[in-house]
Order: sequence, then C-alpha cells, then structure tokens
Amino acid sequence: MTTRRDFLASSALAAGAVAVASTIPSEAEAAIRRFAPRAMPHVQPPMDAPTKDLLMAALNSAKMAGASYADARVGRTRRNFVITREQQIIEIVDTDTMGCGVRALVDGCWGFAATRTLTADGVAAAGREAAAIARANRVARDRAVELAPAPSLGERTWSNGFTVDPWSIPVEQKADLLLRANAEAMKVAGVKYVASQMFFVKEEKNYANTEGTITTQTVVRSWAPMSITAVSPDFSDFQSRSNTVQPAGRGYEHITEADIVGNAQKWGEEAAQKLKAKPVEPGRYDLVLHPSHLWLTIHESVGHPTELDRAYGYEANYAGTSFVSPPEKILGALKYGPPILNVQGDRSQPGGCATIGYDDEGVAPDDFLIIRNGMVNDYQTTREQASWLKWWYDKQGRPTRSHGCSYGDNWSSVQFQRMPNVSVLPGEKEQSYEDIIAATDRGIAIVGDGSFSIDQQRYNAQFGGQLFYEIKGGKVTGMLKDVAYQMRTPEFWNALDMLGGRKSYMLGASFFDGKGQPGQSNAVSHGCPPTRHRQINVINTGRKA
Amino acid sequence: MTSRFDPRAPKRLLDAAEELVSRDEAQRIIESAIKLSKAEAIEVNLGGGRQRNVRFAANQMSTAGMVTDLSMVVSSSFGPKHAITTTNDLSPEGIERAVRQSEAIARLAPDDPEAMPRLGPQSITPLPGAWDEETFALDASAGARAALSALGPARARGNLQAAGFLQVDANINSLGNNAGMFQYHRGTKSNYTLTVRTADGTGSGWAGTEEPKFSAIDFGKISARAIEKAEMSRNPVAVEPGRYTVILEPQAVGDLISLVAFYADARAADEGRSPFVKQGGGNKLGEKIADERVSLYSDPYDPKILCDPFDGEGFPLTRRNWIDAGVLKELQYGRFWAKKQGKQPTGGANNIVMSGGTTTREQMIAGTQRGILVSRLWYLREVDPRTLLYTGLTRDGTFLIENGKVTRPIKNMRFNDSPLFLLNNIEALGPQERVAGIEAGVPCVMPLLKARDFNFTSLSDAV
Repeated sequence: MTTRRDFLASSALAAGAVAVASTIPSEAEAAIRRFAPRAMPHVQPPMDAPTKDLLMAALNSAKMAGASYADARVGRTRRNFVITREQQIIEIVDTDTMGCGVRALVDGCWGFAATRTLTADGVAAAGREAAAIARANRVARDRAVELAPAPSLGERTWSNGFTVDPWSIPVEQKADLLLRANAEAMKVAGVKYVASQMFFVKEEKNYANTEGTITTQTVVRSWAPMSITAVSPDFSDFQSRSNTVQPAGRGYEHITEADIVGNAQKWGEEAAQKLKAKPVEPGRYDLVLHPSHLWLTIHESVGHPTELDRAYGYEANYAGTSFVSPPEKILGALKYGPPILNVQGDRSQPGGCATIGYDDEGVAPDDFLIIRNGMVNDYQTTREQASWLKWWYDKQGRPTRSHGCSYGDNWSSVQFQRMPNVSVLPGEKEQSYEDIIAATDRGIAIVGDGSFSIDQQRYNAQFGGQLFYEIKGGKVTGMLKDVAYQMRTPEFWNALDMLGGRKSYMLGASFFDGKGQPGQSNAVSHGCPPTRHRQINVINTGRKA
Repeated sequence: MTSRFDPRAPKRLLDAAEELVSRDEAQRIIESAIKLSKAEAIEVNLGGGRQRNVRFAANQMSTAGMVTDLSMVVSSSFGPKHAITTTNDLSPEGIERAVRQSEAIARLAPDDPEAMPRLGPQSITPLPGAWDEETFALDASAGARAALSALGPARARGNLQAAGFLQVDANINSLGNNAGMFQYHRGTKSNYTLTVRTADGTGSGWAGTEEPKFSAIDFGKISARAIEKAEMSRNPVAVEPGRYTVILEPQAVGDLISLVAFYADARAADEGRSPFVKQGGGNKLGEKIADERVSLYSDPYDPKILCDPFDGEGFPLTRRNWIDAGVLKELQYGRFWAKKQGKQPTGGANNIVMSGGTTTREQMIAGTQRGILVSRLWYLREVDPRTLLYTGLTRDGTFLIENGKVTRPIKNMRFNDSPLFLLNNIEALGPQERVAGIEAGVPCVMPLLKARDFNFTSLSDAV
C-alpha cells in the first residue's frame, strides 16, 4: 500500500512522466521498442508499517466488539481513461480512491462496514459498525456461517508482473496513439465514425484477517477498445466493427503489442464490408467459433452457471440461479459436453484479468477442473461455500478448501464469490481455426463478440458477433450480416465436435462483469481454442417492423 | 512527512461523521479547490454519502453493510485542453493534489475542438422533498427487520425460498466552478426487491419498490405479492413461440421503453447511426413515431420521481418531452451539438416517465382472447441499433391469458423486438407505477401496457 510518502514519490514520477513529452517520431517507435532492453516486471514491496497498523486497528476493534472472525482490506484503486472520437479527445480521466472495508462474523452472521477515513479511529469505528450490523442480523439468522479452513499464510506479497506501468506513460502519448489509430480507420471509404479508448486500472490491496494472514498485492489491467462505424451513402444502413482488442491483466505493454495503429485500417475495412454483406438465411448451421468470440459464450454459459452461490440460490434476486443445480445431483453426473470438453478455473494464467496471488479472504487460489472429460466436476467457491461441498471432496479424497474466488471490487465493496479465469482447455490434436473451417461443409464462422443475452438459469442464450463468414465445402465463400445464434446451453456444448490445439489457444476477457447487490464489477479472462458446434439454430436479426 | 494512514495525521477537512455535507460545507470545500486552481477554468463536483444495505437469499441472511464515502471530481481546462481527476482524499493536501494532477494532465492533453466554456450561474429550484431525515438516520436493525418481513412468511410456509435486497442511500451532489456556478442537491432513496421461489424449483415470483422515504415501503405488501406470483407460477407449461398480444406490467415496460430515451440523441441521429435517422439524412424530429396515446418525458420535478435537477455540467434540467402524443418532439442535444446545429441544449434524462391510461389490469385481461401476461424482463441487450431491436427474456411470473382470463403459468420465452415497434402496436394503457429499478439504472415511472404482435422467438427452461 502506498503511504503518503510513497504516494508523493509516485506522483513525482508520474508528474515527471507527464512533463516529458515523447520526442520519438511515431514511425520509429516500433523499431526502437523491438530492440529496447526488456523492462523489468513490477515487484511488489512489502506492506508498510502504518498500513499494517490500520489493518490491526480495524481487526482489533471488530474482535473487541464480539467478532469470532474478521478481515480488513485497506485498498487503493486508480483508474485512468482516455476517450476519443475521430480526431478529438472527449475526455481524459484519472480517478483515485482509498479506504478501508472491514468484514466481521458475529454469532454466525456477516456484517460489513467501509470508510474512507484512514485513521486508527476511523477504521476502528468501521470495525465496530461491521460487528454491530452482524449482531443486528442475528435476529433473522437461520443457519450460522461456517468457513472452510485456510492455512495462515503469514505475510505475503504479490503482483501480476506488469512490465510497463500505465501511469508512467505520458498522457499525450496515449492520446496520440488513439488519434493515429482513428485516422487510419477513417482512411477507409465508407467509415464515418470512430471511437477509441484506453482504460487502465491499478488495484493496490492490503489484507489481513484474524487468523494471521497478511497480504499486499498490486494488480494492473489494461484495455484499448475501439469501435469503427461505416454508413451507407443513402443513410439506409450503418455497421460497426467493435471489440477489436481484448482486455488483459497486464500493463501498457499490452496496448503496445495490440498495434491498434497497424490494425485500424483492416478493422475499418471490415466495418465497410459489412455494409455489403449478404443477410443470413435463418436455419441450422455448423458454427465455427473463433476464440475472440467464444470467450463470451464460455463466460455466460459455463462461467456463471458454475458459481456455487448461484447454484444454491444466493443470486436469485438479481442475476438468477443456475441449471447446474443442485450440486448433490450434478457433481460427477451431469454431462456438460463431450469427453473432449475440459474447463479449468484458475487465477494463475499470465495476463488473465482475474489472475491474482491471494483472494480477498487470504486464500492462495488453486487451478481446478470445473468440467472434466465433459462431466461437471467442481464449482467456483469461497471459504464459506467450500464447506457446502465437503461431502463431494471427501468422496473424491480431496481436501475441503476454497478455490480462492472471493473478491470485492473496491475497498468499499464486501467480498463475495466472483469468477476466476474460466477456460476451455485446448484439444490434444494440434489443429487451427483454418483447419476447422476446412473440415466444415456448410457452416458459419464467427469472429469477435457482439450482442449477448442469457436467461436467469443460463439455459437459453442468444449471441451475435462482429464478423460472420459463410462456409461452403470447407471454404469461406463470403461475408454475412444480421447473424445471431440461439442455443440451449447443454445442447450447445454437447454439439461440440472439434476444438483447436495448444497453438490456437487465446485469452478473451470481460473488463466489467456485473454481479451481486449492491452491484459489483469483476474483470475476468477466458481462454479457449476455436471450436465447432454442429447444427446450431441461427436467426436473422435484420427485422424492419 | 506523516503517512496518510498514520493515526497521528493532521486533522482532515472532513471527519467520518460529515459525509453528508450541508450546502454551506459543500460550497466551502468546492471553493477551497477553486482557489487553488491555476487553470483558466475549473469545475469541481462533490458527491457521495452513506449507503446501508442488507441481502438475504435461500432463506438465510447473506451480507449486510454500511459504506460512507465522499469524493471530489476536479475538471481543469486551459482553453480547449481539459482533463478530470477524482479523489476521495479530502484533506487539504489531497484536494491540492487532485487540482494539480488535473492541471498537469490538461496541459498535456490535445486540443478538443468541441470544448465548451463553463456554465455561469444557473437558477435552479431546489427539491427539499427529495430528502427524508428519518431515512438518513436508520440504524442496522432496519435491515434485519426488512429481511424478516420476507424470511418469516417464507420459512413458515416451508415450501418457499426468499431472496431479497434492501438498499438505503442518502447522498449529496454538488457542483461549482470559477465562472460563478454552484449547485447542490441531496436526496434519500430506499430500494427494495424480493424474489420468492418455490422449493421444488418450478415457480418464481418477484416484487419491488423504490421510495425516497423508507417508511413509505410496505414490506408486507411486497412479500405478499412475490409469494402470490411464485405460487401462481408453479409448474409452467410451454407455449409455442411467436407473435402474441402481451400485457406488460410496469416493471417490464420500464426496461423496454426507457431505451427510447437513451437512444434519443440528436448527434447520433444527425450522423446517420441511430434509430431516429431519416432516410437520405437528418433526423426524425417532428415525425410521428408512436401511437398518439404515447407521451414520454423526463422531469426532475415530477413529484412521483424527484431526482437531481441538474446534469453533470450543472445544466438545469427541466421537463423534456421526448415523445408527445406519438410525435418525436425532442432529441437530446449536448451543449456543443446544440450550438453547432443552432438548437438549445436539453441536458440528459435523469428520470423517465411514460404517460398512462385508464384501462385497469382486469379490463385488459378481460378484453384479451389469447395473450401473455409478463411480470418482468431480464438481460436486455441490443441486437440491431438501426431499429432499436433488443433481445431479452421474460422472468418471475409469465402467464397465459385465454378467453379473458389468466389460465395458467407458462414457461419463460426470449423475445426479439423493438420498443419502437411496441409503441406502434399499443392496444391499451393502464395506471402508472414507480418501478423498482431497471437494468439500465435510471428511475422510471411506467404504465401497465397492452400491445399486439410482440415477438417471442424461443422457449426458455429457466424458472
């Protein structure tokens, strides 16, 4: 955690960064970067004494107020947004928020309180308030909360190893990159509007619990979305190419490597091509799904339904429940897909948006198979939830432990179960997206994520995309538009018959995944190879009345 | 140098008990930032307050909490260059840091050819009715009592599972700049939603409400409504997807019709990328786009739905008639686009109200030969921005109407339809209701609505 002294030092660094404009001509930048020495990844320093004192003050006050268990997070979240359209800067935003959130367990009930007043008295008051809220809720308690055991880790540090801190990059360099990308896209005939942004988030979390675990970590995430719109000359149609670059749990190096300037013209051409694309004939097609599209289908139809709180009804009043329920009848018994389908939950993949060292309950996450050889094998869990599956873990000879899925999106947000990276593992056979198209007689290939909607138990879903290509006789024969597929999750995954190999595996991600009440946002990645799904229902969305 | 986290740190500008700052305090804090400014223009927004919440699910208590926070947004400009910083460190040092940071970034920002000068003093009528002292003063026991109002009956029945959420907000929003503008508004809001599911997993019902005053919420009524819906919706049957006459309850209307106001942006229409584009160029202002019984407006002073009377720039919000008697009367003009097009700026839509009618629910049902009663919609997403075509699903109580009677619960269905199509297929409008909250998050007052030819495209097994 940054103390004021550290903060001033980093501010000076940032000020230095913004005070020195880039003097390198843009065309030379890439060449220089290629031969520049590799930057050292960020190393997380240990927690400073004042921050630790605050955490202890919060925990002690909660314990004195009757908490059998408590944890506290002193956090700082910084966000930086650069927002452009065409050749204009719409806004440049830098946000900074700090505070302390305390969670207390009193007589089997949770209470939570958060304050921005980072003094010993301020966090102690939050600790007392959290305990008071928990005690007040005892009157409505039916079953006491029990936590699965977690080893005391002592003091630990972690960072997601970003190599270029986005806050070290001069703001005009970020803006210049976006405006140059916009200009490239605007060179394409028919392209009339371009919007591009850069989003950066830096979470600094300091955590302690009453069981002796103390962690400090820094996580940086970066994203540079772009949306390019082409308009027909008679104003009868407009089409967009969006979601061109996936977010990542990395630093500014992710933006550099995405080469948005080099790719913008191609994306603009794709938007213009969509104006001339053939409207799809509704019907059943074999779908070849590129990883840039499939990640979102995984997120909605595998990630969310295998959250254990949903399966037990804890999200019923908001995002809903899950068809992967009840666990007693599902685990080891529900065939989610064919034996080639394996889905992993993890918080360890390099570059993953949900990749962390320790979760918000002080648990070191593990990698676990949610779906193993097509069968449901596990759920995403926190310490409170893992104890609900003790019977299953005992049966399998595994320890009952949380998978490390507890997360609060800010110091002011109570932690609860959030999605780790959930990924479809590549197949044993090394085959590519192109190989799968070549093996398909009549189908549609879909690139990029578009419209998405799924019911409150994750059965019925409808997905659009960015680019749609007709496949005939193993070849792409042209572009289609107005395509969406409707599916029922179990049938969709059981219709899987091909998937790519290791070389075709890619990470997609959601920067803003909503869940919970009050609503919280989580960033999460989904890796996958390209896949093929047989005879999926495709509709035409180009309705006029 | 002491740490920000050092308990011996100097006294801060604000203490923990002062998150709900008064008008005078807000002005003092904002002016302290303005005085520090070296920019040509500075605008400062102060916002935050106290939130209490309680959540329960699966007939158990879940999480509950209280959060206090107050943050400052500083926007500095040097001619056409501008940037924003936000901080919740409101110590004198924290405020100065935010001001300097916004200046440093603004100096380096590229010129914005659309930059507009700050607004000068604005005349705004305050809204004291938006604040309720009792709601602000609630303690932790209020949440537990609210939870018990649903958990008690659900547990007593033995075959129901209750999940609900109560959030009580007390917030201030204040804005000032060096051109003499200062605005202040404070408000309280209590939002309560409840889902009751049958233990066999075949039925689900939902009810909710939103009120400025906590004491105005009838928790017993919400419980009874959600329980009744859950029990009525047990063991649904499938009907064939297709075009149906629908009776949409206000909650469902809100999710769809609010989209019209969100998309009513003049610039997007003028640029040819909006459902309000006129073939050949220009926009559809002045054209009939809906049934003549339809009026859609935003008004922060509507007593049914008071809200902040100014937008993010301090621009005073007044009643805006987006649709009047079926005609597209207004589109949203930001200050730059209004100037460019020779129009008056409108501000945005802080709330949305659709006019109602006199047809009761019973009359609508009695007059329906075959149709579907929809309680609520879920997971709405854009499919085609050219027509405002959206997809989504019914949820928590969907029923078949046959020969003038609600006959049985039916399985949920996915729709692919546009609110613009819906507004041209209206058969009847009923009483208005303040809805508990829509996916898009804007406060809404919506009527009961009956329409023909609503397009359901597939079945869902979800309950």
